[in-house]
Amino acid sequence: MGATKIVTDASFADDVLMSDKPVVVDFWAEWCGPCKMVAPILEEIAAENDGVVIAKLNVDENPQTAASFGITSIPTMNVYQGGQVVKTIIGAKPKAALLADLAPYL
Amino acid sequence: MSDVRAVIIIGSGPAGSTAAVYAARAQLEPLVFEGAVTAGGALMNTTDVENFPGFAEGIMGPQLMENMRAQAVRFGAEIITDDIVSVELEGAVKTVTDGSGNTHQAHAVILATGSGYRELGLDNEKRLSGHGVSWCATCDGFFFRDQDIAVVGGGDSALEEATFLTRFARSVTLIHRRDQLRGSKIMQQRALDNDKITIAWNSQVVDLLGDKKLSGIVLQDTVTGEQRELSVTGLFIAIGHDPRSELLKGQVTLDDEGYVVVDAPGTRTNLTGVFACGDLVDHTYRQAVTAAGTGCAAALDAERYLASLEH
Repeated sequence: MGATKIVTDASFADDVLMSDKPVVVDFWAEWCGPCKMVAPILEEIAAENDGVVIAKLNVDENPQTAASFGITSIPTMNVYQGGQVVKTIIGAKPKAALLADLAPYL
Repeated sequence: MSDVRAVIIIGSGPAGSTAAVYAARAQLEPLVFEGAVTAGGALMNTTDVENFPGFAEGIMGPQLMENMRAQAVRFGAEIITDDIVSVELEGAVKTVTDGSGNTHQAHAVILATGSGYRELGLDNEKRLSGHGVSWCATCDGFFFRDQDIAVVGGGDSALEEATFLTRFARSVTLIHRRDQLRGSKIMQQRALDNDKITIAWNSQVVDLLGDKKLSGIVLQDTVTGEQRELSVTGLFIAIGHDPRSELLKGQVTLDDEGYVVVDAPGTRTNLTGVFACGDLVDHTYRQAVTAAGTGCAAALDAERYLASLEH
């Protein structure tokens, strides 16, 4: 535990949809400024919480998954539980605000 | 609580960063709150900056801000990646509280919190934001490949976004409420010459359509009042910015639009030892280089003020 997990189009079903724990997926790309701001915050949250998996999906390299979940804005952080999207957070937020949004799943 | 610093700088766009460089070189060891998710300011969401003097070939906005930050750090600025959530600016020692609940004190404070994007104020705007409605072309343009989209606004930001978005989109309609654009001549020409860009003159967006995601917008002609529907899957809003001065209300004097009032060309506010710079004070120019200029002035004003305290 502790680190963020990289997921891809190929691994998404196994790593996210079939996961026993809730998974927060950060949809991001290299060219997105706000994505870079939120990345270290998610790493901290990953390090501090064992009950949830924090995953990162690069939309440039994995357009299929991003498209199938209708992502049109990044960063978007979707929470998956039992294979379903149970929460969507759009846009970079400070740590306290993200923790408040994620509280039910941590 | 730690000891009392010489100067605290709130904000890290061109104004805050330049203030940090000058204050650091004056050996004031400034403490800079760069923002939890807004570090680097508005230029972090732009691509090529072509009008910042000294970069003949232009420079990417995020790179420019990274350079300014590194320059400030090189001379001893201490940077904290957090927001300031409350301030007590009256009195000789100023206290600020960060997003983690820690308090910090200084004899002088430089306010450089910049501005936030303006919203259209339509009912569906919040609901559809992130689902076709966007404020960041560089972040979200990618998702609109071969689609018909629109940009609303008539200034440089809108023109730049419309031009940038033609890399991805099939067509871009630029919606402007007047019959001429406000942006610089070179940006206007670039947009007008671009085959993918159509301009909807004298038009304003009065409704956003779509259930789960944006499917179209309703435009109203500002002259005739006539309404029409435009089928688009993306709408990028670039209608301007408002100063981020919420935090200062009741302490620092603001004008009717929320800008901090300073004794221009100086940067002093109504409160002794509190200085303001950048987009937070600027109705008129709002350029990276003018923000950097007033950031420099604020650091020099603060330095002079701190020196006067020692006598």
